[in-house]
Amino acid sequence: MSKTAATSPLAIAEDVLKRALRVGATEAEVLVMTEDAALTRFANSEIHQNVAETNVNVSLRFVRGRRVAVASSGRTDEEGLGALVRRAAAIARTCEELDDWGGLPAPDGDGTVPRLDAAFAQPTADASPEFRAEAVRAVIGAADDEGVLAYGSFSTSREGIAVATSTGIHAEEERTSSQLLTVSMSPNGGTGYAEAAATDASTIDAAAIGRESATKARATENAISLPAGDYPVVLEEYAVLDITDMLGYLGFSALAVQEERSFFEPGKRIGPNLVSIVDDAADPAGLPMAFDYEGIRKQRVVLLEEGVCREVVYDAQTAARAGRRSTGHGLPAPNPFGPFPLNMVMAAGTTPRADLIAGLDRGLLVTRFHYTNPVHPKLAIVTGMTRDGTFLVEGGKIVGPVRNLRYTQSYLDALAGVSAVGSERKTLRGFLGSAVVPALRIDAWTFTGTTEH
Amino acid sequence: MRELTERALDTAAQLGASYADIRIVHRRDESIAIKSGKLEGVLSGESEGFGVRVLVAGAWGFASSHHLDLAEADRVAALAVRIAKASGTALRTPVTLDHRPPAHGRYETPIAEDPFKIPVERKIWHLLEADLAAGKVAGVSFTESTYGAQREDKTFAATDGSFTEQTITHVGAAVEANAIEGDEHQRRSYPDAGGGWRAAGWEWIKELDLAGNAERHAEEAVALLTAPQCPPGVTTVVLDPSQLYNQVHESCGHPTELDRVFGTEASYAGTSFLTTDKLDEGFRYGSDLVTIVADASSPFGMGTFGWDDEGVAAQAIPLVQNGIFVGYQTSRETAPRIGRTSGGAMRADGWNRIPLIRMTNINLMPVEGMSLDDIVADTDDGLYLATNRSWSIDDRRLNFQFATEVAYEIKGGKRGRLFKNPTYTGITYEFWRACDAVGDGSSYVMLGTPNCGKGEPSQGAHVGHGVSGARFRNVQVGVGKW
Repeated sequence: MSKTAATSPLAIAEDVLKRALRVGATEAEVLVMTEDAALTRFANSEIHQNVAETNVNVSLRFVRGRRVAVASSGRTDEEGLGALVRRAAAIARTCEELDDWGGLPAPDGDGTVPRLDAAFAQPTADASPEFRAEAVRAVIGAADDEGVLAYGSFSTSREGIAVATSTGIHAEEERTSSQLLTVSMSPNGGTGYAEAAATDASTIDAAAIGRESATKARATENAISLPAGDYPVVLEEYAVLDITDMLGYLGFSALAVQEERSFFEPGKRIGPNLVSIVDDAADPAGLPMAFDYEGIRKQRVVLLEEGVCREVVYDAQTAARAGRRSTGHGLPAPNPFGPFPLNMVMAAGTTPRADLIAGLDRGLLVTRFHYTNPVHPKLAIVTGMTRDGTFLVEGGKIVGPVRNLRYTQSYLDALAGVSAVGSERKTLRGFLGSAVVPALRIDAWTFTGTTEH
Repeated sequence: MRELTERALDTAAQLGASYADIRIVHRRDESIAIKSGKLEGVLSGESEGFGVRVLVAGAWGFASSHHLDLAEADRVAALAVRIAKASGTALRTPVTLDHRPPAHGRYETPIAEDPFKIPVERKIWHLLEADLAAGKVAGVSFTESTYGAQREDKTFAATDGSFTEQTITHVGAAVEANAIEGDEHQRRSYPDAGGGWRAAGWEWIKELDLAGNAERHAEEAVALLTAPQCPPGVTTVVLDPSQLYNQVHESCGHPTELDRVFGTEASYAGTSFLTTDKLDEGFRYGSDLVTIVADASSPFGMGTFGWDDEGVAAQAIPLVQNGIFVGYQTSRETAPRIGRTSGGAMRADGWNRIPLIRMTNINLMPVEGMSLDDIVADTDDGLYLATNRSWSIDDRRLNFQFATEVAYEIKGGKRGRLFKNPTYTGITYEFWRACDAVGDGSSYVMLGTPNCGKGEPSQGAHVGHGVSGARFRNVQVGVGKW
C-alpha cells in the first residue's frame, strides 16, 4: 500500500480534515491516536507473555448540517484515508438529523493547546524489552528473597494524540505512561499486591514494589475466617482507587446528571470536610494530559470540596445542552458514556498510615478490592471482594490476616463515614485514566459474604 | 497475504525462532445508538494489521503492526524474536507445544443477510421504531437502543505449514427502558442486557422483533419503581436464560480456563478453585443434571469458528458431565501439562493481541423432562430472576453475587408480583450442586457476551452461552442494606 505523505498525528489529522471539507462536510473533527506500546507479563516468577504493538487510529466526525457520522480506520495510506472520508460522508448523507446537535466546540484562543512537559518522559519512550525484563527480574528477586512466587506486568507506552477541527482546533501532544504491578503468592496461601504508575518508567522502583507485595504475601498466610458484618476499615490506596473510579463513572459526569441517574447535586454534602476530590490533568503527580479527545484544553474541576458536591465534568455535547463551555473531558466520538474525569486527585490528609490503623479499635485493613460492580447506580451501592491482603486490627494493632470478604456497600455512605485521610498518596492507573489517592479510615463498611481463601 | 506471512515466518525462523505464527486480521465494526428517540451516533470502524508470535529457546515473544508491508514484516518479526530473547532472561520452564496436524482450509460464519449490506438508514429506523415504542410508555425517563455488527477476516499461518482463512460475522441489537424517580433507577432490557449478540446476519436482528417487545419491557421498568424491595432470605430461585448465561460464564466458563488454573492470569482477574487435582479426583461441581460443554461449533454461538488462533480445529470439549468436573478449556501449551491435547480455545482480540485461552461457547445442556414453564409450575415458593444487571465473583471464582433487573415472585407454581433490586449470592459448587431442574430444549437459546475481559494488555472477547433456564434451591437473596 502507498503510505501517505503525512506522518505526524497532527499532519494526518489536518490532511483528513481538508479531505472531509472538500467533499461537503459542514463541520468536521479528526482525532488521530498513534501508539507504540509494550507489556512484559510474568507468572510463577517467569516471563510468560511479552508483547509490543505499533498502532494508529484515525477517527473522523463528519457533520453535514445536523447529520453526524463517525468513521475510524487504522490505515494512513492514501487509499485508506480516502476510503475513510468516503465512508463517513456516505453515512452522514443517510443518517437522521440530531435535534440537539450543539456543533463542534470552538477553540480556546488560536486553537493550539500548550504542551505539558510532565506528560512525556523520554526514558519511557525509549523503554526496551531488556529494560522491562530487568525490572521484572528485580520483582522476581524480591519474591525469591521471601520464598514466594511473583505474578504481574510491566507496561510502557508512547502515545501521540492530535485533534484538528473545522472550528480551528489544532492540538497535538505526546504522552507516555508506565505501570508496574505485582501479585505475590506464598506456598501457604498468602497473597500480596503492589503497584506503581508513572509518566517516567525509570522512576519506578521495581525492587521496592516487589518487596512490598512479597512481604504482604508472607503476612497473609494462614488467614482465619471472619463472619460477615459491619466493620470499621482502613482502605489502602489501591482500594480507595475503586471509590474514585466508581464515583467518576456513576456520578461526576454531566451526562449522568442530565439523565438524572447521578447522585450528584451541586451544594449537596456527601462527605466530611476531610474529603476533597478534583480532576486535575495538569497535576504532575498523576499522568498528565493537556487536552481531551475533542481537542479542548483540560480544566481543573473541583468535584468534591470538603465533602460538598461542587462541579461535574463536561464534554462538548453535554456542555452545549447546559449552555456552557466544555471542561475538556470528552472521550472519542461517538460517546454514549458521556464525559469522564480521567485525572482524579484526592486531597491528602494529615494522618500517617500507622495512625490510620492505630485509630481502629476493632476493624479491618483492606489492601485492595476485586471485581467490583454497581448494584444500585444512583445510590452508588457497589459489590466486590477484598483481595491480596485483608487484616484484622484490634486495639489499633494488626493481629493477623483474615480470609477475603464480599461487601455490598454504598460508596456514598462510605464517603460520609470517612474519619481520617492518609498523609501519603499513590499514583495509580484507574478504570480509564489515572488517580492520585490517599488511604482512608472509614467508620463502617458492610461485608455481606465470605469465601474460602 | 501469502507473501507477507511467508516473509514474517522466514525472518523469524532465520533469527532463531523454533516456532512462529502470524495472523493478519481485518476487522470491520459498525455501531448505532439511539437515545430517547434521537440518534446518538453512528460509528463505522475499520482496523487491520498483523501480529507475529515466536518461540525462541522456549520463551515467547510477540510484536504487531498496522503497516502491512514486507519491510514491516521483517521489522516486526525481528522485534518479536528480540522480545522472546528478553523473555528468556526470566524463564524457569521452557514452553513446549503439543502436536497438531498443520491446519488448512477456510471457514465462514453462515449468514442469510449480510449486515454490512443493509443500508444504515434502514438500521436506524429499525432501532428507532423500538426505541419510540419503549419511550411512549408513561413514566419512562430515557431509553437506549443499540445495534452492532463486527466482521473479522483472518488469515493464520505458522512455520509448520498451516494456512487458514476465516470470516467471522457477529451482530447484536437491544432496546432498554429506564425509569427514574428520586433515588430509584430501574431498567429493563430486551433481549438481554448484553446487546443481544449472535453469530449471524441481519436476519437475527429481524427475528428479535425489538419493536414488538419494547413496550412490555418499558412497562415493567416503570412498574419496578413502585414494586417492593426484594426481601432478604434463603429461597428457591429459577434463573431465566437472560441471567443463567451470565452465571455459567462467571462460575463455570472462567474457572475452567487452564491458563488461569496455572496462574497466568493471577495478577489480573485471578486464578481458579478448579485445580488439576480436582480433575484427577472427579470433583463434584454440580448436581447430576449439570452437564456443561465448551463447543466451538454451536450454531449462532459467538465462540464458533473453524480453527482457533493457534490453528487447532473447532471441537466440543466436556467440562462438567452429569455434575462431575471432567475437563478444561486448553491451548497447545497448557494441555500437555495435564496429559491432553489442545481443545482449541486460543483466541485473540484482533491483530495486536496474543491469543489466550478464551471461552468458545460454554453451554449448559438442556435436560429433557421439564420445560421452563414446567419448572415454574413445579415451584411452590421462590423467585424467578431475569436479565443480568450486575456481576461479581472472587479471584478464585468461588463467591459470586449477581443482581438482576427483575424478580417475579413464584407462589404455588405461578409467577406473580414484581420485586425490585433483586440480588443473589453463593459459592459456585454449592450453588450448582443445588440445581434440581434444568429446562428442556424448548427454551434453549444461544446468548452470549461481546465484552468478556481478560489479559494484560486487556482483551475483549465475543463468547457464546447456550442455556435453557434452571432452578436452584437454598439460595441467599436480597443481599445488603437497602
